[in-house]
Amino acid sequence: MSTITAVPASASVSADLRHVVVVSRKTPIALAIITALAALLYALAPRPGYTHFRFSESGDPVHVPTLTVDGMTTAWLSVVIITALVVVSVAYVAAKRKVPVWVPIVFALVAIVGFLAWAGAGSTAEYPVVSLLRGSMLLAVPLVFGAMGGVIGERAGVVNIAIESQLLFGAFGAAIFGSLTHNPYVGTLAAIVAGVLVALVLGVFAIKYRVDQIIVGVVLNVLVYGLTDFLYSQVLVPNGTTLNTTVRFERLAIPGLSQIPVIGPALFRQTILVYVMYITVPIVWFALYRTRWGLRLRAVGEHPQAADTVGIKVERVRYRALAIAGAVVGIGGAYYTMVSVQSFGREMTAGAGYIALAAVIFGKWDPVRAALAALLFGAATNLQGTLSVVGAPVPSQFMLMLPYVVTILAVAGFVGRSRAPAADGTPYIKE
Amino acid sequence: MSAEQTVAAQPRQQKEPEAGNNRWREALRRIVSGSWAVSLGAVILAVIVGSIMIAATDDGVRTAIGYFGSRPGDTFSAVGKAVGGAYAALFRGAVWDFHATSFTNAIRPLTNSLTQATPLITAGLGVAVGFRAGQFNIGGRGQMLMAAIAGGWIGFGLNLPPVVHMLVAIAAGIVGGAIWAGIAGLLKATTGAHEVIVTIMLNYVAFYILGYLLATPGLLQAPGSSNPKTAPMKPNAIMPHLLGGKFNLHWGFVFALVAVAFTWWLLERSKLGFQFRAVGENPAAARVAGIDVKRTTVYVMLVAGALVGLAGVTQVLGTTTTGFGDGIDAGVGFDAITVALLGRSTPLGVLGAAILFGAFRSGGATMQAAVGVPIEIVEVVQALIVLFIAAPPLVRAVFRLPQPGSRPRRTTSTAAEVAA
Repeated sequence: MSTITAVPASASVSADLRHVVVVSRKTPIALAIITALAALLYALAPRPGYTHFRFSESGDPVHVPTLTVDGMTTAWLSVVIITALVVVSVAYVAAKRKVPVWVPIVFALVAIVGFLAWAGAGSTAEYPVVSLLRGSMLLAVPLVFGAMGGVIGERAGVVNIAIESQLLFGAFGAAIFGSLTHNPYVGTLAAIVAGVLVALVLGVFAIKYRVDQIIVGVVLNVLVYGLTDFLYSQVLVPNGTTLNTTVRFERLAIPGLSQIPVIGPALFRQTILVYVMYITVPIVWFALYRTRWGLRLRAVGEHPQAADTVGIKVERVRYRALAIAGAVVGIGGAYYTMVSVQSFGREMTAGAGYIALAAVIFGKWDPVRAALAALLFGAATNLQGTLSVVGAPVPSQFMLMLPYVVTILAVAGFVGRSRAPAADGTPYIKE
Repeated sequence: MSAEQTVAAQPRQQKEPEAGNNRWREALRRIVSGSWAVSLGAVILAVIVGSIMIAATDDGVRTAIGYFGSRPGDTFSAVGKAVGGAYAALFRGAVWDFHATSFTNAIRPLTNSLTQATPLITAGLGVAVGFRAGQFNIGGRGQMLMAAIAGGWIGFGLNLPPVVHMLVAIAAGIVGGAIWAGIAGLLKATTGAHEVIVTIMLNYVAFYILGYLLATPGLLQAPGSSNPKTAPMKPNAIMPHLLGGKFNLHWGFVFALVAVAFTWWLLERSKLGFQFRAVGENPAAARVAGIDVKRTTVYVMLVAGALVGLAGVTQVLGTTTTGFGDGIDAGVGFDAITVALLGRSTPLGVLGAAILFGAFRSGGATMQAAVGVPIEIVEVVQALIVLFIAAPPLVRAVFRLPQPGSRPRRTTSTAAEVAA
C-alpha cells in the first residue's frame, strides 16, 4: 500500500518545486478569518453602552476632547471597514498583484479600535489613548532591536535563536556598568559589548565548529540564563547598591514634534533608546538593500557557494553580520535596566527574544515588516494591562497568548508565504 | 548525529588487525576517538569551568587574593576549600550522605537523584525520538504542562477505584502531551511550518492556558482558594512509593524504565521506528523507498509528545501530589533537550544522562543549602556539557584526542587493508 501512495506524493512534491508562487491567496484568507471571528464575537456577546477614548493628558498644550462613542456601533463599523479591506485584498489577488503592506496595517489598526470599543463598552473608565500608544512603543523597543538583530543574522544565513540570551546578557551588562558609572550611556555601551560577546560565541560554534545553529542557540539561552542567575545571586544581590542600582534614561521631548496632539506625547516624549529605535530600522533597511555590504550579506545567506565563487569571504561576512546583530540586540537589552526598571532581575527578559524571533518570521525576514510585527506584538502585550483597567471580559492570559498564536498562524503560512533565506541555518563548507 | 557516527564506526569494527599488539592499540584508539571519550571530555571541561566560577565568586578566595603577593598559598587553599566543599556537598546530596548516621539517611540522596531523574528520562526520550527522526522538539515544557492539565484534572477531579484511577490519569496525560506535540507535527506535515518555532510558541500558549485554568474558579483552581494552584491529587491516583514511605522514589521511575525499553524496541526493532530513522537520515531517500514522510512526521511528534506527556503526568501524580501551580514542569522540558544531546539520542544514553542530571539537580539543592553556592551553577555546567559535546573538534583539540578518521601511521597492516 505504501508504494501506491508514494507515487502521487513524490509527483506532487516535484510539481510544488516547479510551481512558482507569484501571488499568495493566504493574506485575504487570513484577513477574512479574522473578520469572521470578530463579527461572530460581536454578534454572540453584544456589550451595550458607551466607550470613552481620552486623547489628552494633563499638561498638553493642545487639549483634544475625550471621544465618546457607542460601543457596538463602533465595533460593527470596524467590521464593515475590515470587510472592505478583505474585498480590496481579494481584488489585488484576483488581478494577480501583491497585496500592498498598507492593507494589513490599516486592517490591524481598525480591528484593534473596533475590539477596544467592544471591550470597553459600558465601562466608566476611559481608554488613555496617549499612554496606550506610548506603552506599546516602549514595550516594542526590545522586540524591535531583537528582530533587527535576527533579520541581520538570518539574512547572512545564521539562525539566531540566541536573541533571548543576547537581550538578557545585554540587560545584565548594562545593569553592572550603568550602576558602577551612574551613566546610562556607559550602561548601553556595556549592553552592546555583552550582546556582541554572546553573538561571537554563537558564531564560533555555528560557523567554525559547524554545530547545528538551533542547538547552539537553545543551549546558549540556557547557559546565559544559568550564568546570569548564578552571578545575580552571588554578586549582584550582596552588592545591590553598588552593582545593581542604575540611573535610568530621562524622557526627552523633541521640540516641535512633541507638540503634535496625541501622536506627539506618545511618540516624541520618550527616552533616547526609542529614538535610536526609530532610526535603526531605516538604517538596517538601507544597509541591507542599498549598500555593497548588504548585497554581500544577502548573497552569503542565499547562496554561499556562489558568493564564495565571486570572492566573498563567506565566514568573515557571517562573523561580522553576527557581531553587528549582537550589538543591535544588545541595545535592546539595555532597555530592561536603563529604561524599564532600575535593577537587573532574574530572567527579566521573560521570552522577549523568542517573540522577536517570531517577529522576524512574521515580518518575512524584512527589517521594516519585522519592526511592524514587533510593534504589533508590543501593542498586544500592552493591551492586556489596559483591558483590565476598563474591566473587559477577556482574561489577560488570552491577550498574553495572542503574539504566540499569531506567530504559529504566521509560520503555518496563513499570512502570506514566509520564505527564509535559502542558506539559513546551514553552515558553509568550502570545497 | 549519533546514527551518522555509528555508521562511520561500523566498517572499522569489521577490520581486525592481525597482531595482538595492534589490536590493543586499535581498541584504545577507538575508545579515545569515539563519541564517549568526547562526552567524558565535555563533562570534565564543564566541571572545570564550573569550578572556576565557584572559586571566582567565593568570599574566602577573594579575601585571600587580596594578599596573594605575601601568602600565595592561602589563595590556593581557599580555592581548594571552596571548590572541594562545593563538590563534596554536591556528592553528599546526590549519591551518598557520608555525614548521616543510619544507612537509610545515607542512601536517601541517591533515591532523591533517581526521583529527580524520572521526568528527565521520559522527557529526554521524547526529545531523543524527535532527534532520531530529524525533528527538534523544543516544546517539552508545553507538552508537560498540557499533560499536567489533563492528568491533574483526572487526578483530583474524578473518583475512581485504586490503580484504575492512576492508569486513567496517566493515559490522559500521555494523550495531552501527544496532542500538543501533534499540533506541531501536523502543521509541519501540512504547511511546512518549522517545528522549532511552533513548539516554542506552543510552550507559551500552554503556559497561559494553564495560567487561565488555575486562576479561574471551577476549572483547575482548588475550591475555596484564590491561589493559582490545584487541589491535591486523590489518594487513588497517586503513584505509590517504590521503597516505602521513607524514600521519595515512586513508581514513576519504573514507568520511566519501561519507557526506555519501549523506546529502544520502537527505534531498533519496529517498522515504525525504522521509518522514523529513515526519515531522519534522509527524507528524500525515505520518500523514494515508499515511506509516507508527512504521515511519519506526525507520528514522530505524537510519540515524542506522549513520552514527554508521561514526564508531565509523573510530576503531578508522583513528585508534587499536593496540587500544582504553573511551575510544575520545573524546567524539565528544556533540560530534556540537553539530556537527549548528552545521551546521543539513544534510549540507554538518555537513561544515563538523565540520572546524571538528576544527580546534579538533587546535589545542587544540597550544595546551595550547605555551602551557599547557588543551584544555578548546575544549569551552567549542564549547558556547557552540551555545548562542548556538540562541538567534538573543540573537545578533541583541548584533550588532544585523535580524530575519528585518523589512523596510526605505523600499523602498515591496517593501511594495506584500506588500500585493498
